[in-house]
Amino acid sequence: MITLAHYIVLGAILFCISVAGIFINRKNVVVLLMAIELMLLAVNMNFVAFSRFLGDPSGQVFVFFILTVAAAETAIGLAILVVLFRNRSTINVAEIDSMKG
Amino acid sequence: MTTISLTDLYTLIPESFLTLAICFILLFDQFLKPAQRNVTHYLSIATLAVTAWLVTRHYGDATAFGGMFVHDGIADALKLFVLLTTALVFVYARSYLADRGLYVGEYYVLCLFAVLGMMFLVSAGSLVIVYLGLELLALSSYALVALNRDSPLSSEGAMKYFVLGALASGMLLYGMSMVYGATGTLDLNKIHAASVAATQPTLLLFGVVFIVVGIAFKFGAAPFHMWLPDVYQGAPTAVTVFIGSAPKLAAFGMAYRLLESGLGGAGPHWQQMLAALAVASLAIGNIAAIMQSNLKRMLAYSTISHVGFLFLGLVNGAPSGYAAAMFYAISYALMAAVAFGMILLLSRAGFEAEEIEDFKGLNQRAPWYAFLMSLTMFSLAGVPPLFGFFGKLLVLKAAVDSGHVWLAIVGAVFAIVGIYYYLRVVKVMYFDDADDATPLAAPSDAPMRWVISVNALALLVLGLTWGPLYAWCARSFGIS
Repeated sequence: MITLAHYIVLGAILFCISVAGIFINRKNVVVLLMAIELMLLAVNMNFVAFSRFLGDPSGQVFVFFILTVAAAETAIGLAILVVLFRNRSTINVAEIDSMKG
Repeated sequence: MTTISLTDLYTLIPESFLTLAICFILLFDQFLKPAQRNVTHYLSIATLAVTAWLVTRHYGDATAFGGMFVHDGIADALKLFVLLTTALVFVYARSYLADRGLYVGEYYVLCLFAVLGMMFLVSAGSLVIVYLGLELLALSSYALVALNRDSPLSSEGAMKYFVLGALASGMLLYGMSMVYGATGTLDLNKIHAASVAATQPTLLLFGVVFIVVGIAFKFGAAPFHMWLPDVYQGAPTAVTVFIGSAPKLAAFGMAYRLLESGLGGAGPHWQQMLAALAVASLAIGNIAAIMQSNLKRMLAYSTISHVGFLFLGLVNGAPSGYAAAMFYAISYALMAAVAFGMILLLSRAGFEAEEIEDFKGLNQRAPWYAFLMSLTMFSLAGVPPLFGFFGKLLVLKAAVDSGHVWLAIVGAVFAIVGIYYYLRVVKVMYFDDADDATPLAAPSDAPMRWVISVNALALLVLGLTWGPLYAWCARSFGIS
């Protein structure tokens, strides 16, 4: 029997993987975008699980909004990535450090 | 089951008008030649003015769409100041954009979309609307920072803003999912009732932590401030003036809606977290600002310290504290607009006046602007009788009233530390000799010169007569 706790733990694991992906990753900006996407999916997992176990559909409606916004967010992220690559000829996270202090 | 009818749209008339006007400007701009861009400029300002008029027309409390959209005094006041600040930004930004080939319709459309997001954010009655308003604001801001596509600094700033902004949204959403799980509803009023009644609030508090982190990220409170200096420095100054001013009002609105309207029952818990964030912001913001040579970066760190002060008002957790915090947000938005506006004023084609050195001997070159800039710096530093002083006074009083005397002492100490770096700008302007002693070529943009003068003098006038504005803020929160 899969209980609510299983889903919440899965959501927490996905969320931790994505946060780790953002902070540990030193190589590639595309991986950052993937980690951000994973983070939103972890949240969706939580919402759907809570919605199902509470018997309240509004959580699932919220998931549709999150999915839509995530698509727009990725589009803008990739657009910024293209601009960044044209200007700097690199998408290496460690090299994007011209501003400091 | 709540029914939704057309009368609900009546409550949303300002937002509906703004949405349609943005779509119209977006299409209309495509048919204009670059030389006719002024039409877009004035059309955008007119749109803001009409929206503000519609907001004042519909004064009075109401809710729409089953409580998802809340229309009250707080939302109205914040909306009016968001619209006013954005109109100031448009006036200041024009000649800077024109000099750099950035005078395009996208700037206006993206700013207006961000304004629409802010209007929804401060009127949110449900977690969904908070999220949608926030993302509309954030996505427009990311694109705005990258507006100058050929600038490596600009695109780097945009990337950092995007990644950390998305991380903040993720944190906020994760917190929202936990709050939803604990209370079983997305409606902020019902969440409030559930948070007051909660007997075993473990799951709720878990969510509160993430929501506070998300809010701190969006505000730029330390230790979640990493993006703020880079974004302020990297973005074109015409964009910095926008993201540095109006969104602070919206961030206050979001914090109020989520923390008080929603999670009021968990007040003692998030107040402690905000107190810690306030101390960290005051310390890091003020100390790091001392070390900066770039004025935009210095103002970014000063923003962090101002967020610390604003949190002192929120820590109070009573209507008088929120009124003080709102007063502070309004005063900060107006001060930031004129401070970044001065950088825009001094910048010319091919020259960015963003180093503090660039203000050397400004008194010899343009005494009037040196005077206005020093008024702004004194106001940001909190010198009486200027606007900024009364904001600081009110939030410090709010902290003392709620029994956080130590917090008020920390705030006062760092306010004094802060005076040092603001006065350095004044010192550079009045006591150093200009490298280039020629009188400052008066900017050809007459409306900008007039408006920035009025804006800077308003800091003095509103400082001398701060009573009515505070009374307005207090009335919004139901204190008569």
